[in-house]
Amino acid sequence: MSTTRKPMEAVRKALWDENPGLVALLGLCPLLAVTSTFVNGFGLGIATLLVLTCSNTLVSATRKWLRPEIRIPIYVLIIASLVTCVELLFRAYFPALDRSLGIFIPLIVTNCAIIARAEIFASKNPITPSIIDGIGMGAGFALLLCAIGAFRELVGQGTILSRLDMFIGGDPIGGFIVFDGGFLLAILPPGAFFSLALAVAAKNAIDRRRKRAAGFRLSI
Amino acid sequence: MAPQITNLSSEKSEKPVWSAGIILAVIAAVCTTLVALTYGLTEVRIAENDRAWLEQNLQPALAGVVYDNNLLESVLEIPLPHELPGNEPVLAYRALLENTPVAALFVVSALNGFSGPIKLLIGIDDNVAITAVRVLKHRETPGLGDFIDSSKSDWIDQFEQKSLSAPDRTLWALQRDGGKLDQVTGASITSRAVVKAVKETLLYFEANRETVFAMSDSDTTDAAE
Repeated sequence: MSTTRKPMEAVRKALWDENPGLVALLGLCPLLAVTSTFVNGFGLGIATLLVLTCSNTLVSATRKWLRPEIRIPIYVLIIASLVTCVELLFRAYFPALDRSLGIFIPLIVTNCAIIARAEIFASKNPITPSIIDGIGMGAGFALLLCAIGAFRELVGQGTILSRLDMFIGGDPIGGFIVFDGGFLLAILPPGAFFSLALAVAAKNAIDRRRKRAAGFRLSI
Repeated sequence: MAPQITNLSSEKSEKPVWSAGIILAVIAAVCTTLVALTYGLTEVRIAENDRAWLEQNLQPALAGVVYDNNLLESVLEIPLPHELPGNEPVLAYRALLENTPVAALFVVSALNGFSGPIKLLIGIDDNVAITAVRVLKHRETPGLGDFIDSSKSDWIDQFEQKSLSAPDRTLWALQRDGGKLDQVTGASITSRAVVKAVKETLLYFEANRETVFAMSDSDTTDAAE
């Protein structure tokens, strides 16, 4: 957690090595609940990214006045106001998506990934690294939501990018149909757990392979 | 860990409590301003979206009723106090066929749900039978109370064609309350709230059918007096 990280390295770490969803396993409730389609996952991912970046910025900007005994109320104040703003923006600009995500937009308040970044990083670092950290961590979380959403949608209903209209507007879009039917379990709650488990397993497998390759190179 | 704790408490004693209060107050003021600004920025668009969503649902809530007037021009605001569910003025749309009333739509709020008001669009035909009910807005628990949404389950379709005589008005309650209507186990508060709101709307329409169709927009203010 040193402050002297290079921006690119910080982003790489946030996206992969310290991914809030894959490694820290934070914010699992929204992750498991809304990822039944790609568009839902993308919507919540963008909302979380926005809140995380802004909350990191604000916490970092106010860190000089942060005192240990009032820091938690301050985080909660900042995060709750930002989530309210994002909710209003979604209701104004993506009403269909807001209806589809329902209570999970206001529930971003309780996503522990956000308060964790405020406490671990933003309260101890200057504004620029905090913004980069917020974007990186938010993008890491959002990408995971998108990946699990796309996977569950493809397996569960055999489509890609269905209901994209919730983002770009216009008439309902069915999406590209890859095959008919689908494996319903993937859409149901157990499918969310299985998909997350597959994602974590895949990440660990890739890491192990990389480590082995690096060790092999060292031994030569 | 121990030295850090002593460190914290000594720091606490140096700075007075009121300065922490001031810091909190200032940050609260900044955050409130931020929310207020965003609200001001989005208010109009949100109202437009809500109206568009309502208008999109008028047709499904009339489920097959034949009419020939422009629903949007037939809207009427029923001011408080009224016997309809909810604590705000209720919008009513009236469907006519060759100038004869055939159905009415009410936008009401069921207030006794599990979490926040449930906004319902209730269609009633001329025989005081439900054409269809649609949930416009709710904050019920996902996976538990959101079955009232027609996109999540077909529970709400059970109201179609029901009236105050079929089932009898004394049986307009959930089965577990001795009535005739289906509930969802584990979410009886939500089910009960919707059933009660639909029943109250039917009772209101039965008692006030003539006035609902007779009132024109300009009469709304007279009715309020």
